[in-house]
Amino acid sequence: MLNSTRNSASSDVMPPLLELRNLSTHYVSASGSRVVRAVDDVSLTLHAGDTVGIVGESGSGKSSLALTLLRVLPPAGRIVSGQMLLDGDDLVPKPENEMRRIRGKKIGMILQDPMASLNPLFTIGDQVGEPLREHEGASRSSAWKRAIGLLKSVRIPSPETRVTQYPHEMSGGMRQRIVGAIGISCEPRLLIADEPTTSLDLTIQLQYLNLLRDLQKEHNLGLIFITHNLGIVAKMCNFLAVMYAGKMVESGPVSQVFNNPAHPYTEALLSSIPRMTENRRRLTAIEGQPPDMSNLPPGCAFAARCPRAFDRCRTEEPPVFTPAPGQTARCWLVAPESRATGAVS
Amino acid sequence: MSVTARDTAVANAGSVREWLRDVPAIPFLILGCIAFAAIFADFLAPYDPQFGSLTDRFKPPFWQHGGSLAHIFGTDHLGRDVYSRLIFGARVSMVVGFTAVIVSGVIGTVLGIVSGYLGGWVDQVIMRLTDTWLALPALTFAIFLAAIVGPSEMNIVIILAAVYWTRYARIVRGEVLSLKEREFVRLAVVAGCSKISIMRRHILPNVVNSSIVLATLMLGVVIVTEASLSFLGVGVPPPKPAWGVMLSDGKQGLMVGYWWLTVMPGVCIMLMVLSANLLGDWLRVKLDPQLRQL
Amino acid sequence: MKQFIARRIGYSLLSLLLLSLTIFLFIRLTGDPASLLAEPGASAADIAAIQKKFGLDQPVWYQYIYFMGNLLRGDLGESFYYQTPVLELYLSRLPNSLLLASVAMSFSLLLGIPTGILAAVRVGRFWDTVGKFFALLGLSLPSFLVGLLLILFFSVYLEWLPSSGSGGFLNLLMPAFALGWYFAAAHMRLTRSSMLEVMGSEYIKLARLKGLPEFKVIAKHAFKNALIPVMTLAGINLINMINVAVVVETVFAWPGIGRLLYEGISFRDFPIVQGVVIIGGSMIVAVNLLVDIVYAFVDPRIRLEA
Repeated sequence: MLNSTRNSASSDVMPPLLELRNLSTHYVSASGSRVVRAVDDVSLTLHAGDTVGIVGESGSGKSSLALTLLRVLPPAGRIVSGQMLLDGDDLVPKPENEMRRIRGKKIGMILQDPMASLNPLFTIGDQVGEPLREHEGASRSSAWKRAIGLLKSVRIPSPETRVTQYPHEMSGGMRQRIVGAIGISCEPRLLIADEPTTSLDLTIQLQYLNLLRDLQKEHNLGLIFITHNLGIVAKMCNFLAVMYAGKMVESGPVSQVFNNPAHPYTEALLSSIPRMTENRRRLTAIEGQPPDMSNLPPGCAFAARCPRAFDRCRTEEPPVFTPAPGQTARCWLVAPESRATGAVS
Repeated sequence: MSVTARDTAVANAGSVREWLRDVPAIPFLILGCIAFAAIFADFLAPYDPQFGSLTDRFKPPFWQHGGSLAHIFGTDHLGRDVYSRLIFGARVSMVVGFTAVIVSGVIGTVLGIVSGYLGGWVDQVIMRLTDTWLALPALTFAIFLAAIVGPSEMNIVIILAAVYWTRYARIVRGEVLSLKEREFVRLAVVAGCSKISIMRRHILPNVVNSSIVLATLMLGVVIVTEASLSFLGVGVPPPKPAWGVMLSDGKQGLMVGYWWLTVMPGVCIMLMVLSANLLGDWLRVKLDPQLRQL
Repeated sequence: MKQFIARRIGYSLLSLLLLSLTIFLFIRLTGDPASLLAEPGASAADIAAIQKKFGLDQPVWYQYIYFMGNLLRGDLGESFYYQTPVLELYLSRLPNSLLLASVAMSFSLLLGIPTGILAAVRVGRFWDTVGKFFALLGLSLPSFLVGLLLILFFSVYLEWLPSSGSGGFLNLLMPAFALGWYFAAAHMRLTRSSMLEVMGSEYIKLARLKGLPEFKVIAKHAFKNALIPVMTLAGINLINMINVAVVVETVFAWPGIGRLLYEGISFRDFPIVQGVVIIGGSMIVAVNLLVDIVYAFVDPRIRLEA
């Protein structure tokens, strides 16, 4: 189990905001013959005010992790084991109607595609105020008023007229800020942002990231930031988790992982880091293809692409090691015995 | 992650259909029986389908009071044996249905290939014509043509082919447009093959699957149209025992409760069309998953 | 946008031209249009008069211009049997056809939309399977057969409903059901697939993430969006219904345009048959044009493309 290296005294007595314990989510095909382990044995701890960056290639399971947290998986997906403790309260066994009161209320989420996330047939005010009416029983007029306030807080100019408009009358950046406003409308404790800036222009991206950070500080939010851009992680996050083939292969404080990456995959990601000026580049600089998720090889899933893989990597799956306090890695290279025998070349 | 909600939705869709997809035995068997009846009608039918004895009019099926095993499905208003007429009707439906589907399929496929591959004004002319003919309501158009050429089995085939070739042309042309950009066609062009031989040897084999799938799906449509025309009196001319004609004749006895004259041919049409549709669905998935939206 | 609409109107006019040409040529194709256009049993003198009237002794292009000229003036010829202009007959029957088509359409939507939604929401489960079975049955049972079976059951055995004619609401029930049956299946299929597409969209995901109950997600966010293509199809189908109603109207002796067409066939009254085809085809060209234009206003992508 991991722990973010917060030294504040409160975190020792208060339960953390979110704690994932050995969480696994599988997708099972209709015939039951194919199983994809989209999220595999993931553990993570998050305190209020913390920002965790989850990085990985497309298909590494980072978005599935987000859907798992809110329990809005597609029909084929199910959580097969583990616990998700929100303020010490496990979400996994909760019945659907209780879970519904957590979505949008205690956990907000921002989806990636601002152009598709808003319903084209309803006004902005209606859509922003909807969670308030649902969770707080706000009347139509008070939800409308608060929607105006929310638009103001995400820095939308002249919100009084914007609430009456429809999504197609807005730019992409504006729509994404509206989606952000929906995410924080009920003042959640935890906000999940799934690649919220990929489809935005560079300057708009920076504005949006600044906005998210300000909102987080203001409300003392826990923020989970899913991205494939390590530049954004450096800017936004204080804790980093790297996912590969459904597993969390490395995690730790951002400065620690950036300076001393323990897993060769993290190392490769860092060496291919795009600068903010060329952030549209995806993490494809690593040689080889991501593995077929329904047919994973034995041993470490990264072994085929790993420049430093040895025999054991191809036969035996590495457990979680702790190369440094607060840092974890699933790699044989950092196993105590291999370090002792000097297997690290 | 590779599994999306949509994929699973499609994968889960319809257990009855799924089941029938794997076992197309039932529709296959039904069509087989109808084909068997059509081929061996002369041996299977106990009576002449076009002549009856007027003393035996409106006999009910054998299990009803007044019926006898001499006429197991009863007799019609001219005393003709319903069972024999159904069997010979199968022949009419099969011959008209299959010929019409084949003729329209060949015309539509050829024009679709020519239109898609040659492009330019040829494409413009053929496609404008296709669009226009598709705009004509099929049944009304067929009735119009029937009114011009008069009723006969041969004319029905021509009419159905004239009305339905456009569906093939539209779809085949779309496929040809994408095939044209494929590597093997470009290679053939570079190798100096003539346009005709490219169309015949490289394009045709690649669109023939879609044409077959569409033809199977069209079989049901064609049979319903033929029955409708016959029912209206502009299809197969009356003494011939087509199922549509039988329904038209049966209308006279309907109000006095001679149900078998309506239900028997009705059930035959329904079984044949249902089987053709199920078989078409199955073939579509088997041969050409891209045609799902057809 | 203007360019797009102008091009669509151009295509439609071209379609209408080809339509008239098709019909004109088919009539000449028999080699003896005069006997087709003349009343059955007409004398040699009558046929000669017809030939003179339609310029059948003139070259083909002249005949076509004459034919087009009549069409453009709304002159579709005169019915032999009724001794009335075809257009007038058509318009006098249109209200009946529209009434039947509207009731049949309402029925098909009332049956098709809820079952389509149910099938989409329960995709792959019991109600989806039941819905699929009915859709298949709807597409496989010809409407005249449905009509005959309805008469057998409700008029002959139960004696609840009148088997033919028009006038009362009860007269409408069975023909509307028989006509709407096929369309209910088509509308159900489209509702289901449209609903499935919408349910997979990002804004539905967001609606769920807001913590809305599934009922609200479906009734508020999915329903409205999924209905757009269904209503478009319904608009087109309303016109289709008028044209495919011929068998149903014949079965139930409903005095609409289909019945007119049937009378045209049975009395060998060719101008009626020709008129119904021309108007039917033109209506469909017009509706397609209308749908394209409305879509151009609704969908910004088409606007940009133009």
